[in-house]
Amino acid sequence: MEHYNMNLTLKVWRQQNAQSQGQFETYQVKDISSEMSFLEMFDVLNEQLISEGKEPITFDHDCREGICGACSMFIDGQPHGPWSETTTCQLHMRQYKNGDTIVVEPWRAKAFPVIKDLMVDRSAFDRIIQAGGYISVNTGNAQDANCLPIAKDKADESFAAAACIGCGACVAACKNASAMLFLSAKVAHLALLPQGEPERRSRVMNMVEQHDKEGFGACTNTMACEAECPKAISILNIRRLNAEYIGAVSSGRD
Amino acid sequence: MNWKQAFTSSIGKKLVMALTGVFLILFLIVHCYVNALVFLEWFGPLGRGYKAYEGAAHFLGSNPLTRIAEIGLLAGIILHIVQGLMLFFDNKTKRPVDYNVHPGNKSSKWYSRSMGLLGTLILLFLVLHLYHFWVPNRYQQLVTGHEKDLYLLMELTFKDLWVVIVYILGCISLAYHLLHGFWSAFQTLGLSTKKYTGLLRCVGTVYSIVIPLIFIAMPLSFYLGLLPDAETARAATQTLAH
Ligand code: HEM
Ligand code: SF4
Ligand code: FES
Repeated sequence: MEHYNMNLTLKVWRQQNAQSQGQFETYQVKDISSEMSFLEMFDVLNEQLISEGKEPITFDHDCREGICGACSMFIDGQPHGPWSETTTCQLHMRQYKNGDTIVVEPWRAKAFPVIKDLMVDRSAFDRIIQAGGYISVNTGNAQDANCLPIAKDKADESFAAAACIGCGACVAACKNASAMLFLSAKVAHLALLPQGEPERRSRVMNMVEQHDKEGFGACTNTMACEAECPKAISILNIRRLNAEYIGAVSSGRD
Repeated sequence: MNWKQAFTSSIGKKLVMALTGVFLILFLIVHCYVNALVFLEWFGPLGRGYKAYEGAAHFLGSNPLTRIAEIGLLAGIILHIVQGLMLFFDNKTKRPVDYNVHPGNKSSKWYSRSMGLLGTLILLFLVLHLYHFWVPNRYQQLVTGHEKDLYLLMELTFKDLWVVIVYILGCISLAYHLLHGFWSAFQTLGLSTKKYTGLLRCVGTVYSIVIPLIFIAMPLSFYLGLLPDAETARAATQTLAH
């Protein structure tokens, strides 16, 4: 693809802290290379703000290679922008052309309060995992790799669910700000494996309870989460979560 | 974990929606079948549809089991409506600060996002519908011990163009509600597995289009005079009997 430079208008949410009222600020950036990532474009903008003596924009990022889930930006009405199965750090400026205006907002959810600018507090996800996203194993030497037989299809399904990077795009995309896709991936990948069996019932009950306590909404199966998930986590996991929930409730344990 | 908790969590609330929703879906099959008997007028001698419909309606109407089923249906609908509205309003509080730019139809269907609105439209229609048929029929039954001539009641009700239009809009709302709701219920119940998703989607789509279309055909046929009037049809049943 031909390399080109572009000038852009950015409307970015600025908010001093969790308590303050935020507002949009409009910025112009010049000579952005089509080969830059979206975050590199933000780096350019921040350099510009610093040289103007203004406060740079706070945004989450870490790996910048699409595997950590830190980069959270709601770009023109879509979490992580317009590319499917892509995090913000992997969105590249060749998507845009000279003169475009881009609106960038933080994830919006009661359970994800804004910390500053585009950075939100996603520790609710950590607490959901703490509530049950673990297994009990004996310490000591590592077991022989193949001593537990696991059917290939189950292993594959579990692995696909475990690909969730906890980015929160599912919550950001959902009209109910529900974290069901995240929660279901975390429940399903353990429910499919023998290692997850001992805590199987209590896990789903406790994690659903924590999900609700954190202030996420109830899933109404709109499937926006699946469409926006950078790791293509399937709503079949939500199906499994619901079945696990019904199983746990009717088993009478916990 | 007790039963109360089980049905009040975010998944539990959806289970109530799904169970009552499936119950309503099953009811609609019976309701649609009985009412569609009027169309037998098009497939046989004059009076055939009238007779079949009145026969089935009065069999149900005079049956004590129907009274019990009616209570169950009423409870199911009320539960579905109350839980549905609570779910709708509760979910609305989960994003206190809204986005400036909305995703729109990029990642989901408009009717999947509008179940509360579509349900409310169905509810408004339902009130009118019960007022047209159920209330006068039960009232007369209570006072005189006899049910109304329901075929005649349909014919008279559907003489008004605005009533016909409201019924058509009600059925369209139902169609979109079910286009999402049918499959959604099975997903909530944990039954829409990889293997069955396609089948459930397909059956759901057919159901959501066919049932409302049959319902729409009733007011439309009466209004357009495609069905014989009750008097003629009733008179013809006399000769049918012999
Ligand atoms: C005969 C009429 C109706 C039928 C057959 C019906 C059927 C269904 C079904 C099958 C579902 C899916 C359940 C699930 O997602 O687990 C559903 C959901 C829902 N219904 Fe109804 N419904 C009817 C009337 C109503 C009425 C009158 C209202 C209320 C005002 C309503 C409001 C809702 C809401 C808010 C949902 C949840 C939305 C969602 O989960 O996406 N429905 N309905
Ligand atoms: S399910 Fe997908 S969108 Fe949701 S947190 Fe995991 S990776 Fe992100
Ligand atoms: S910064 Fe790690 S996924 Fe984007």
